[in-house]
This record gives sequence, C-alpha cells and structure tokens, in this order.
Amino acid sequence: MSSTIEQIASQEYKYGFVTDIESDVAPPGLNEDIIRLISSKKQEPEWLLEWRLKAFRHWLTMKEPTWANVHYDAIDYQSISYYSAPKQKKQLNSLDEVDPELREAFDKLGISLEEQKRLGGVAVDAVFDSVSVATTFRSELAKVGVIFCSFSDAVRDHPDLVRKYLGTVVPYTDNFFATLNSAVFTDGSFCYIPKGVKCPMELSTYFRINQANTGQFERTLIIADEGASVSYLEGCTAPRRDENQLHAAVVELIALDGGTIKYSTVQNWYPGDKNGKGGIYNFVTKRGKAMANAKISWTQVETGSAITWKYPSCILQGDNSVGEFYSVALTNNFQQADTGTKMIHIGRNTRSTIVSKGISAGRGQQTYRGEVKIMKNAEGARNYSQCDSLLLGDKCGAHTFPYIEVRNSTAVMEHEASTSKIGEDQLFYCQQRGISAEDAVSMIVNGFCREVFRELPMEFAVEAQKLLGVSLEGSVG
Amino acid sequence: MALLEIKNLHAGIEGKEILRGLDLQLEAGEVHAIMGPNGSGKSTLANVLAGRPRYEVTSGSVLFEGKNLLEMPTEERSREGVFLAMQYPVEIPGVNNIYFLKAALNAVKKHRGEEELDAMEFLQLAREKMKLVELDEAFMNRSVNEGFSGGEKKRNEIFQMAVLDPKLAILDETDSGLDIDALRIVAEGVNALRNEKHAVLVITHYQRLLTYLVPDYVHVLAGGRIVKSGGKELAHELEAKGYDWIENEVAAAR
Repeated sequence: MSSTIEQIASQEYKYGFVTDIESDVAPPGLNEDIIRLISSKKQEPEWLLEWRLKAFRHWLTMKEPTWANVHYDAIDYQSISYYSAPKQKKQLNSLDEVDPELREAFDKLGISLEEQKRLGGVAVDAVFDSVSVATTFRSELAKVGVIFCSFSDAVRDHPDLVRKYLGTVVPYTDNFFATLNSAVFTDGSFCYIPKGVKCPMELSTYFRINQANTGQFERTLIIADEGASVSYLEGCTAPRRDENQLHAAVVELIALDGGTIKYSTVQNWYPGDKNGKGGIYNFVTKRGKAMANAKISWTQVETGSAITWKYPSCILQGDNSVGEFYSVALTNNFQQADTGTKMIHIGRNTRSTIVSKGISAGRGQQTYRGEVKIMKNAEGARNYSQCDSLLLGDKCGAHTFPYIEVRNSTAVMEHEASTSKIGEDQLFYCQQRGISAEDAVSMIVNGFCREVFRELPMEFAVEAQKLLGVSLEGSVG
Repeated sequence: MALLEIKNLHAGIEGKEILRGLDLQLEAGEVHAIMGPNGSGKSTLANVLAGRPRYEVTSGSVLFEGKNLLEMPTEERSREGVFLAMQYPVEIPGVNNIYFLKAALNAVKKHRGEEELDAMEFLQLAREKMKLVELDEAFMNRSVNEGFSGGEKKRNEIFQMAVLDPKLAILDETDSGLDIDALRIVAEGVNALRNEKHAVLVITHYQRLLTYLVPDYVHVLAGGRIVKSGGKELAHELEAKGYDWIENEVAAAR
C-alpha cells in the first residue's frame, strides 16, 4: 500500500509556469543603497526610509535562527535581488489598463481581475513579484469606509494610519526574517475597517512570485477598529524553478475593542520537485493583537513551499479576547514544515483554541511547534490545544513540540495529541465498499482535516480540499 | 452457472498456507454457513474472496458469475456485487457515515451503468434500510464507526449491506461479541434481504446465529478445506458434539 500512497503523492505542481514580462529588477545584493533605491522607487516619506534603515542596521547584528527542525543550505543574502516589478506602460487609471500579460497570468491562476467576473463578492489585491498590480472593488468598499489597497498606496494615501500601526505587533527588531522584511519589504496589502463596520465582502490578496533570483518580502497590515469585523483570504503560487527562492513576509493584525479579524491562508508556493530540488523557502512572521472583547482567528492550509517556517500568533492583550489557530499542513516528497502558533494570554478571561492537523507523505518531515503562555494577570485564561498527525507511508515523519508556560494558577489548559497512519485496514474497508484507493485516501485525509476546513470560507474550503487531493496524488497504490 | 465457484483454492498469509484445496459452490438464493474451529481458515476464506492485501492465493480458482474473481482489484469485486461484513469494522474519523455510504453506493451504481442517486434519493433509501437494523437516524451523521459500540458496528455493516444490495454477502463472524438482541436484529436484517437473487455466506464459530438465520447448507472447515457438508441439522450436531469428532473423523480418513 505504501507504493499506492507514493503514486498519489507524485503529482506535478500545476502553477509552475513563468510569465514572460519585462521587469524592473534591482541588482542582487543588500546594502543601504538598495534600501534607499526601494524606498525611492516607491516614493516613500522620510520616516519610512528611516524605519527601514533602522531595521537593516539591526538585522546586521542578528544571526539566522537555527532552532527550527528544518534543514537547508545557507542562504546567500547578497545573491538575492530585493526588488522586481513588472514594467507598467503607464500609470493605471482603471483595472482595464492592467498589462494583458499580467492579466493573463492571473487568469491562468483562476484569479480574475475583472470585477464583473468575480464570483461571490471577493475583493482581490493582486501582488506580482514586488508590487501590487491591481486591487478590485476599491470604490465599492470605500462607500462603507473600508480601505483596501496595496501597502504602497496606503503609505501614500493614508500615511497616518500606516505610521500609527506599522510595527506595533511585529516590531522591526522581532526576529531575523521579520527584521529583514522590515528593511526591504516591497509591497503587500493594507486594510482598515472603520468603527462598527462589518466588511461587506471577503477581502483577499493573491501573491505571485515570477522573477528568478528575487526574494519576495511583502507586508500586510490589517486593522479592525472598535466593533469592526473582516474576513481576509490569502493565496499564493510561484513558478517551478530549480533554485530555491526566499519568501519572508510579515503580517500584522490589529483588532481593537470588540473587533474581529478572521485571516485564512491557502499557501501553495512551489514545493520543489519530487527529488527535493527547488521550491520556495517560506519564512513568515504573522501575528495579531486582540484588545478587549476582540477576536483574532487564523486558519491556514499549508501545502506548498520546500520549507515552511511559520507561527501565526495571537497576543490576547485585552480582557475577554479570543485567539484561534486552525491549521492543516501537508508535507510530501522532500518538503519540510516547522509550523504552529503562539498564544500569549495577557488580559483576563482570555481564551484560545489551537487545532493543528499535520499530514506527512513521501519523505516529508513535519513539526508542530506551539507555545501557550499565560501571563501573571491573565485571571481565568483558558486554552484548548489539539495536535494530530497523519502519516502516509513509512518514510515520512511527524514531530510535536508544545511549550506551555503558566504564571497564573487560575488558568485552565487542555492539550490533546495523536499520531495515526492511514491504515491498510481503513483503505481496505473503503475499497471493499467499492471506493477507489485514490478516493479513499482523499476521503480519509479530508475527514482528518474536517475540523479545520469547516473554519474556512466556503469557496476556500472547496479549494483546499481539491488542493490536498492534488498534493497527495500518487501517494497511494 | 453457479454464482460462486471455488475450486481447489490454496491461499495463505505471509508465506503460511492456510487454505489447502478448498472447494465450494453457491447458487443465487442460497444461504451457506461455514463453521469450523479457530484457525481452520474461515476468516482467510472471507478475506481472500474480498481481496484483502497481504493474503496470497497460490493456486486454485474462484469464479464469480463465471468471471475470474481473483484477477479483480478489491474495489471492482465490491462493485461486481461481493460484500464483506467485517469481523472488525474500522473507524474513519471525520468521515460522515452517510457520506461514506453514498460514495460507495454511487461507485457501485456507476460501475453497473446505473444512474447515481442524488442526496434526497439516497437519504430516502438510507432511512428505509436503517429501520431494518433498528439504527437511529443520528447514526447517519456520525463518523464511520467512530465511537460505535461493538453491536452498533455490526448493525452498521448490515445496514451498509442492505443499501449496497450485493449479490453475494459474506458475513465474517458477524455474531461475535453480540448480545442476544443484537444477534436477532442482525439476523433479521439479513433475512429481510433473502431472496432468489442474493446469496449469503455466513462464517461463524457458533451455531447460535444460525437459529435466527437458518442456512440451506452447512459446511465444516478444518485444516484449510471443507471436510463435511450437510443441511441445517449439521450445525446442531456440531453444537452438541463440538469440533473434535470431525477432526478425528478427518484424521481417521487420511
């Protein structure tokens, strides 16, 4: 049966095409001049350049972390190009003016930039290499006061908001990759939901790395003002290339009193080929801060990347705030993932839920790493953690590192963990009822992930199920 | 043409031969019981017929409606109409019982070139068949076998059988671990499906299931082959005398 599982696992990555488009690329290398170049290309205000430079100078004093359970050759940060933008013919006045080749690239990915063709009211910000190429439904959202635009536009049009919140959740000194991002970030999405407004549609950013030898360093900042709520989706793909590419993003979420942010990711970066060649190195810092009665919920489906290093976290600052983390991570072939979450309980009666589902196939190695911290004043804090691993075949691995730190004796902590294999018995049972091996594996895997999938918005849940099916194809036989 | 025709079947697991020249023939509409002591090869026979991995057939033939059953992959045997009610039904967490069964039924229907059922039609069929085994409707929305008691698992097997409507149903020690009420419910479920189109192969160690599910023929399996065949009275004889006398008789005949 392991040979069956291997067959299902060996399907090709279907987003591996390269778009032939003229790009404006900075020379490889990282120094203050490059940072000034990025900042000037984006016509940034002085304070932002200063912030970048402070981050860069701090970064020079830092060492790349080695504690994660992932293995890769050292990254040469001087060989990477830190800025790449598709050359636009001229300033865009409307979406119709987006370069047809870019438009085609996104069409191929199933992301239509034409608003009238969008299904179910999802507004999209499309980021190609270092820049945002289009944001849909901006005017419609503006009617209710919602700001949804590229990060660069936000710096230009809403500098006060950006300046007020940038780096307040993930400071520029935070960690090696976040600090690097702070120095060189190029674009990303910005979103602000005003007081009491429930965002009328799902917001979504689609990231695409195209250019070779570039890193992608985007930055996303989402603010839900008091009593506001928003559901935000993120998707990503990259061409198939033999060399590894670095992606080091930062996402900051701020939910003010009574605000709610639901952030869902379907991560499908190029995972490398079946021999482990190429693929994206995904070193991402995602963190949200929840004030009183606010809620931050992360849902992620991680199927791509050669290496994933990612811990979407919640700082439960205000009383009665709620943090959630629902994750499905799949590693196949030679993929490695070290992922999990941090829940920092600061306020009273704060609650957090962690549901992590890891699936390993092929030679995939997977680690769940989670930390739950109950601070001294967090009276009545509660946490529930559940970490389940599913192994397909006998060459893969699953590891769990839960850290718990409790400084308040009223805390209630629950932790459950399990590891299982898709058994020959389960497969036989399904096949004996007439269900093919492929369908059986997909059914068993989807059953395993059900608690997470039901947290995803509808269209995304369907997408995620398909993606898991594709990523596992060939792993059963 | 017999529905099932097994000739000189030799089979085993992990290099160990368990079935040593088994012959058996079943016609549509018949209920056959296979009885025998532990280790005689009863479950091996059930698993070999259903195509469970790791069981190896070394020689002999099995024809199902004239077709070579042993050449068919596991799922195709099921779609052709062979159903195995398992001795130990597995749990599949997170997979909805009714969703699972609908996928199974539609796979079978597709294979037969019949129209697949939509959710409403399926639900109607499922409700009807659930009554046969006195399963509560709440079972539909639970995960496959997860948290079911032993008796519930066995009733679920018979429920699945009733929905899939196989030509040949093999009951592998379905009576083990059942109390008398569950035993009666399971037997009545099977009886309800008895007609000229279906054949049932009941594999059991004890006679008690056969009180409710009266067989047309009883075969005694010992040492990997059928050593004695008879009518339903043979089951009573075995119950009264145990298996030793058969084994002695066989030994004497050698």
